[in-house]
Amino acid sequence: MSHKVIVPIGPYHPLQEEPELFRLYVEGENVVDIDIVIGYMHRGIEKLSESKHFDQGVFLVERICGICSTSHPFAYVNAVEDLAKIQVPERALYIRTIIAELERLHSHLLWLGLAGHFIGYNTVWMWAWKYREPVLDCFEMISGNRQHYGMMKVGGVRRDIKDQDIPMLNKTLDELVPAVNMFRGAVMDDPVIKARLKGIGILTKQQAIDWCVVGPTARSSGVNIDVRRDDPYGAYDRISWSVIVEKDGDIFAKTVVRILEMYESISIIRQCLNKMPKGEIDANVKEIVPGEGIGRVEAPRGECFHYVKSDGTNRPIRHKIRAPSFMNVASNKVGAVGGTISDAAITLAAVDPCYCCTERTTVIDKSSDKKILNGWDLIKLSQEKTENLRKIL
Amino acid sequence: MSRIRDEVKEKLTNKIIEWHEHTPQRIYISIKPQDLKEAAEVLFKKLNLRFATATGQDTPQGIEMLYHFSFDKSGEIFSLCVLIKNKQKPEIDSLANLFPGAEWIEREIWEMLGVNFIGHPNLKRLLLAEDWPEGKHPLRHEHES
Repeated sequence: MSHKVIVPIGPYHPLQEEPELFRLYVEGENVVDIDIVIGYMHRGIEKLSESKHFDQGVFLVERICGICSTSHPFAYVNAVEDLAKIQVPERALYIRTIIAELERLHSHLLWLGLAGHFIGYNTVWMWAWKYREPVLDCFEMISGNRQHYGMMKVGGVRRDIKDQDIPMLNKTLDELVPAVNMFRGAVMDDPVIKARLKGIGILTKQQAIDWCVVGPTARSSGVNIDVRRDDPYGAYDRISWSVIVEKDGDIFAKTVVRILEMYESISIIRQCLNKMPKGEIDANVKEIVPGEGIGRVEAPRGECFHYVKSDGTNRPIRHKIRAPSFMNVASNKVGAVGGTISDAAITLAAVDPCYCCTERTTVIDKSSDKKILNGWDLIKLSQEKTENLRKIL
Repeated sequence: MSRIRDEVKEKLTNKIIEWHEHTPQRIYISIKPQDLKEAAEVLFKKLNLRFATATGQDTPQGIEMLYHFSFDKSGEIFSLCVLIKNKQKPEIDSLANLFPGAEWIEREIWEMLGVNFIGHPNLKRLLLAEDWPEGKHPLRHEHES
């Protein structure tokens, strides 16, 4: 029996887009317990929101996340519109949906690239990010920004999608399909990736329910939930698309869910572009009545939940924000424990946690003989395992 | 009226102080603090609702807690509203033993509003820095008055 070693991953780690710290308790190769420390990115936005009026709040919550930057403002405007029972113009609903799905595309591609890198598929990494670029170009064309598009507004959207922009959007989607096809083939038909990701980091259906996880993390464990279908907002109930659900709950299932969801996103955007009616894009809301409202959005990582309470002034008296990773990251406690240290990197990344990245990972032996592994060593361990599998298969 | 709404109403019948339907999809149910654990168990375990999150807020009457449960088959959100009147030493039963998904949000509310969750397995700071002063709760409104 080897002695217990603590492996801290984080607070800064290339796996993570934002800092957080996982303390892995390791015996030999096996992870026996995990301690999750967050709070490095806590900026008190809920408190800050109490001092911003309803128009400013949209910009504030957009800054919660740099990747799913439209999900929070979308959920916030949904909450305020639920509170004040505001009818949003039809065209604005379609534009919101297009923006949200473009965001899902770029976010899933980002994750796919990172996941590829961690298991030693650096070509997947480079290519996924290469195909992500045209999606960001679309955002730049529509909103002027590649991130933080500033499109949402209580009662509508801030900018229209112009007719002359639509050919480029369609072209981008057309060119993205063969790329996603390639990724699907690369993941689903590759025996090494299968051997590497199948049966790793399993979250069973019951565990997914108990930990209340959301999004692709829940759907890959057989929990059939998706806010877009269950509690429709935007234009999701006006078009046809399907929810991707897998049963196994392992990393392979999580990857498959995300890849297949990209096809749905492409289809949703195409339908929206075709069906989008002409007309107003803003309901010109003048005041917000007292009351409370709940808004939800299916962000790329899962349900994003906002609760807003108003006392009739121009700013909320309480604004509760719950991001999907808040539920998903906690479930790493069951996902990573019982696995090996070479799987830890990819397991912790598989819920697509939302963090920002630099590197500071060390393995410290608690007892005398100090053995230091940094973040690169961990990724190397993970990549070596893939390499070994490649030789066997 | 949807089936789940009838079921929730029926199962919680003697616990409901106030039943408020803001919209057909958003239902707020006021209950007493001592009924919370049983009510949450009914919603989560018996009716298979998903626990979305909890909101705590400092109001003039006390600390108000909202536990948002989502029924994903119909998209309805049932929020259990509980008012903790004792603002000096607010306490309420922890739900983390019923389902681990409540663990983090209770830790957050504990540090942000100073609510003590009785029976929580691991009540320690989640978001605030280690050197944040004890007994200061950022989401309390006292310092503003």
